[in-house]
Amino acid sequence: MDFNDTPEEAAFRARARAFLSANAEPKAGTRPVLRLGGMDAAMVAKCKDWQARKADAGFAGITWPKRWGGQELSPILQVIYAQEEENYAVPRGLFEIGLGMCIPTMMAYATPAQLERYVTPALRGQEVWCQLFSEPAGGSDLAALRTRAEKDGDDWIINGQKIWTSGAHLSDFGIIVVRTDPNVPKHEGLTFFFLDMKSPGIEIRPIHQMSGTSHFNEVFFTDVRVPDAQRLGPVGAGWRVSITTLMNERLAVGEVARPDVDDLVALSRSVMVDGQPAIRSSAVREKIADWYARSQGLKFTRFRTMTAMSRGQTPGPENSIAKLVNASKLQDIASFGLDLMGNAGLVVDDDLTEAYGMFQSALLSSPSARIAGGSDEILRNIIAERVLGLPADIRADKGMPFNKVPTGKR
Amino acid sequence: MNFDFSDDLKQLRDQARRFLSEQCTPAVVRRSLDGQETFAAPLWQAMAEMGWIGATIPEEYGGAGLGYEGLCVLAEELGRVVAPVPFASTAYLAAEAILLAGSEAQKQSWLPRFAEGTAIGCLALSEGTGNPDPDAIRARVAGGRLTGAKWPVADGSIADVAVVVARDETNGVGLYVVDLAGVERRELKTLDPSRDHARLAFEGVAAERLGGADGWATVQRLMDRAAILFAFEQVGGADAALQMARDYALERYAFGRPIGSFQAIKHKLADMYVALELARSNAYYGAWALATDAAELPIAAATARVSATDAFHLASKENIQTHGGIGFTWAVDCHLLYRRSKQLALNLGGAPYWKNRLVDLLETRNAA
Repeated sequence: MDFNDTPEEAAFRARARAFLSANAEPKAGTRPVLRLGGMDAAMVAKCKDWQARKADAGFAGITWPKRWGGQELSPILQVIYAQEEENYAVPRGLFEIGLGMCIPTMMAYATPAQLERYVTPALRGQEVWCQLFSEPAGGSDLAALRTRAEKDGDDWIINGQKIWTSGAHLSDFGIIVVRTDPNVPKHEGLTFFFLDMKSPGIEIRPIHQMSGTSHFNEVFFTDVRVPDAQRLGPVGAGWRVSITTLMNERLAVGEVARPDVDDLVALSRSVMVDGQPAIRSSAVREKIADWYARSQGLKFTRFRTMTAMSRGQTPGPENSIAKLVNASKLQDIASFGLDLMGNAGLVVDDDLTEAYGMFQSALLSSPSARIAGGSDEILRNIIAERVLGLPADIRADKGMPFNKVPTGKR
Repeated sequence: MNFDFSDDLKQLRDQARRFLSEQCTPAVVRRSLDGQETFAAPLWQAMAEMGWIGATIPEEYGGAGLGYEGLCVLAEELGRVVAPVPFASTAYLAAEAILLAGSEAQKQSWLPRFAEGTAIGCLALSEGTGNPDPDAIRARVAGGRLTGAKWPVADGSIADVAVVVARDETNGVGLYVVDLAGVERRELKTLDPSRDHARLAFEGVAAERLGGADGWATVQRLMDRAAILFAFEQVGGADAALQMARDYALERYAFGRPIGSFQAIKHKLADMYVALELARSNAYYGAWALATDAAELPIAAATARVSATDAFHLASKENIQTHGGIGFTWAVDCHLLYRRSKQLALNLGGAPYWKNRLVDLLETRNAA
């Protein structure tokens, strides 16, 4: 065992470090960037500028083909870049979905001419993409979606509603899965498209979250025309295409949200409990030890994944554990940190409260972390079925035409 | 990045797994559990012949030179089968103490015997209730004679030699090598009868100093290193419990379907898997620290220990739960893992002890 990079990896890491130190501020010592707020125009501009600089320096599309501006390097180098970028306060949050999920799906199903048109602008941060999957009636049960598309000459006409669409209001294009045949079982009647988010008939409304911010949107479709040429995969194969998109989600390297255990250690040293720093209390120490062990366990699980990638293997569903562990840990650390602050823990004022208010922010944002991108329950199902090989759930709607499937009031 | 065992060590793991699945079946474990024998002597002898006991003993003292990563691999496999042998006491504790602090003569006289399986060692630290604490040591050596009582001592009634923690004439804490021939011992009934435990009463027994004046620092170093190996045994045990629960969930039907198709069971098993993977990754880091004698070893050891204790506890109790009524019978093997989980958790200081130590180390590191 060793933690050393191969010579190729070490050279790439050094190059990434040189680029980052010349172009960005180290994160250490800066205030945590709380990306809870909806992104304003200034932040969008910063994200676009940063993406263009990354592309110029050869750190965008690290694994993508050279003909579309990529670098054609191995996935491990992508992870190494992400590890290095993690140490810098760079503008994030606008391109992760487009570059991580939408464009990889395009690469698997779009025509060469379409790729010629769309990949490079996305990679350079000139065009933003979103993913239109979830619906009011199809969240964890994604294939229960109801937005329908009907053929009209060379076009399809889309009517319905999507929800939980991150960044829809900032996006130029989107990928969407819709129902084209309600008379067959639910997975068989879906078809996949990409579309222009400025098309007539699209209305975007932000969702006001309990944290007070609006990261997600509802997107309404009224007679929205999409050319058949923008279909990805065969008619009725939308589920299979969706799986391609979701598989790419696993490869994304998630940023560890704050406050994490180090923030709790710092807080426990400054806050007094029973006349001494909270960290002297055995109740506090026990919690710190448990969360530290979990954080480290995830860190070294990533190292094991990197080792596999370094040998050319593809990470499997075992990576589902990271989000499952992190989201709950975030919620629990936030709540526990506030408990240590006593009454003042209630105050939401970044300048007045401990740790720049990050514990308060996390209390209200962490519930969404346990749901978005696969709920805790769905992740446990994935582990149970795909890692441990337990049987799939017995479904009441199996084999039933979609339009005969019972529905509830919500 | 190469955060995995080498192909050679994976081969060692596969060989060990095959061998133990044949030679250390539940029937073998049950002979110790039922009191028919104190440990599996033929298995122990075979382990010696394969070079396992002397895995980290240098070849000049008759060891096999498999290295610490090799010892970690073996620990996981022995944990998986709840092996009723004094491996931890002999290899991680007694041999390791003599390797760390022993004189040339002490190494010559004990290490070859450990390696060839003709002597069993143990660590006599505890003196009744409480976690490891230098202030709690009452046993005393004066004029080369040891007086005091130690209990519980894992493998104490089958050991030939003990490394004893006792006070010296200046009231400092030291380690002593004590030949147990003629020492009064009482076998103790414990929660896990598949491992021997005893109370040792020393009444003026000859004791030979092992190492220098910094006795407790050596004890701590010894425990840190052993904690990583215990963590591998715990990971092996947790993996066995998860596999057992999974197999049962696939075979057992209720309400016309395998119980493994119910989310109540699936989610329970997913949680066991998550705890196990975290523990395994932390144990791997410990293996790296042990093999390279890294400065991070104490933190790596405490982290691995906390994580693995949690994972084995969860997996062994939820394995019983997944089995339902049959799970708490004597006849089904769930309780072997459940008992061993507690034995491994308590033998080297319980979870509160290691959590406290981990935070101590984090505080020191952050202050530096």
